[in-house]
Order: sequence, then structure tokens, then C-alpha cells
Amino acid sequence: MANQWNALTALGHDTAEVVEIGPYRIAERSDVALASLALRRGQDKDFAAAAKTAGVPLPAASTHAGGQVFSAFWTTPEMWFVEADFATHEDIVAALKPAFGETASITEQTDAWVRFDVSGAGLVALFERLSNLDLATLPDGYASRTVIEHLGVYLIRHSAASVTLYGPRSSAQGLLHALEVTAKSVI
Amino acid sequence: MIINHPILGPRDAQEFVYLGDANLINRPDGMSAGIEAFHDYLYNRDNPAGEHRELWYHEQGDRSWLVVTRNTVTHEITKVELARDVARAGGRSK
Repeated sequence: MANQWNALTALGHDTAEVVEIGPYRIAERSDVALASLALRRGQDKDFAAAAKTAGVPLPAASTHAGGQVFSAFWTTPEMWFVEADFATHEDIVAALKPAFGETASITEQTDAWVRFDVSGAGLVALFERLSNLDLATLPDGYASRTVIEHLGVYLIRHSAASVTLYGPRSSAQGLLHALEVTAKSVI
Repeated sequence: MIINHPILGPRDAQEFVYLGDANLINRPDGMSAGIEAFHDYLYNRDNPAGEHRELWYHEQGDRSWLVVTRNTVTHEITKVELARDVARAGGRSK
């Protein structure tokens, strides 16, 4: 009688999807919680101290930084996106708010985005067809918003063979389609 | 066209959205400045052939507002600043 309610991934399935095309592996990730963290004006000192205590890295412009529990990437001056394991930090705002208090504005972003981890050899050939960013010359740990097809996405380069994308969740299928079509045209 | 973002470096103009005259930052106080000043702010724009300061929004980037100094004849861009810094330097956003 009682209905079983199951959470769906951004692509609309029970489990995250993995697509393999040639050397490329495109893996949907639904196990990462996401929140935006914005410094409130004049709170710089307390904000930095809170971040240190909570173990939230505050990387410089255009970079991503890993951490023990939280990792983060820069999005705009005085704002970062914070990532954590979904299993332990599903309510990521509740985990961050006590640490930052009134020094920051924190908004949950988990279900606003679809995350794809794209890996494999030859990612440069793939992304030079997809984005303005020149993956070949970017350093590891580079993170920036860019356009793929018509969609605004965050692109994080972990290494030459590993890139993370955050795109708008409502366009998850469209973004995956763009990746698939481009990957097929490359191989 | 390439806009040299003060934080992110050179970026394609495709990533930006154009708004218009950077004078939009200098909004007069509607309660005290008088109707003439506000009318001027709202409707009147200079249209120079030459150097022009404009507001651009980095929509497909860090989503910051920029003040771009551009020559409307040659399209040469001579200066790019964060609009926030320009506004604060002018006494706004205290």
C-alpha cells in the first residue's frame, strides 16, 4: 500500500548513467552534494577563519581545490561552490551553516546541476570542439564557467585525462547528447 | 573580439552580454536629484564616435559586471575594470 519513493538522477534513472564512446568515459555523478558559499561584505577575516575551521578550501580565481571532506571551486569574486559526499552531506547547507554563521550566504545547489565526469585519453580533441576554454593549455585544477553548445557549464580540469562538468540539471539530457555527438565525431 | 577580463584574462566576446553606457552606474537619487537629472539619467545617452565606457556582463564566465573602455570606431579596447571597483571608487555601495 505504501508507495516506495525513489530519488531519480538528473537523467531520470534510479542509478547514475555511464556512457563509453571510444576512449571516452562519460559518467553521471549523483553522489556529490553541492552548495554555493558567498562571503558577506566586511566579514573577510571571520569568513576565512570559519573556512579553515570547517576544512573548506577557498581556492583562488579559476581554480579547484580538494579537501578531506569538502572540496571547492571558485565561481566569481568572493563566491565558491563547495562539494561534499552526498551520502554523508545530503543536507550540505546544514553542515556548513553552523561553521560560517553570519559571515556567508550559503545556498544548496545539489539538485540544480547535473555532474558529468569525463575521462579518457585525448580529451583536448573533445573539448576543443565543445568549449572556448583551451584545455591543452589550462593547468590541472583549473575551474571556470564556460559554454558547451548553448549551455552554461562549470568545467574543472583535474588532469589531462579527467574533467568534471556541472551543467544545468534541466538540460541534463541535452548536455549528455552534446558530449555524445561530439565524442562520436572525434573518434 | 577579445575582452581582457581583469581576473580571468582574455575571453571571447561571445561569453559576454552588452548592456550599454557605463554611466548607468551613476544613478541619481530619485528622491532628491529632481526630475530633470533623473530624466537625463534614464533617457539620454551620449553616442560618441571614439572612446566609450560600457557595461558588459560576463554571463558565460564569472558573471561579473565589467566597465569596458572601447573605441567605437576601431573597436580597440583600452581598459577593462570590474564594475564593482568602479562603483565603489565613485562612492557607491558604501
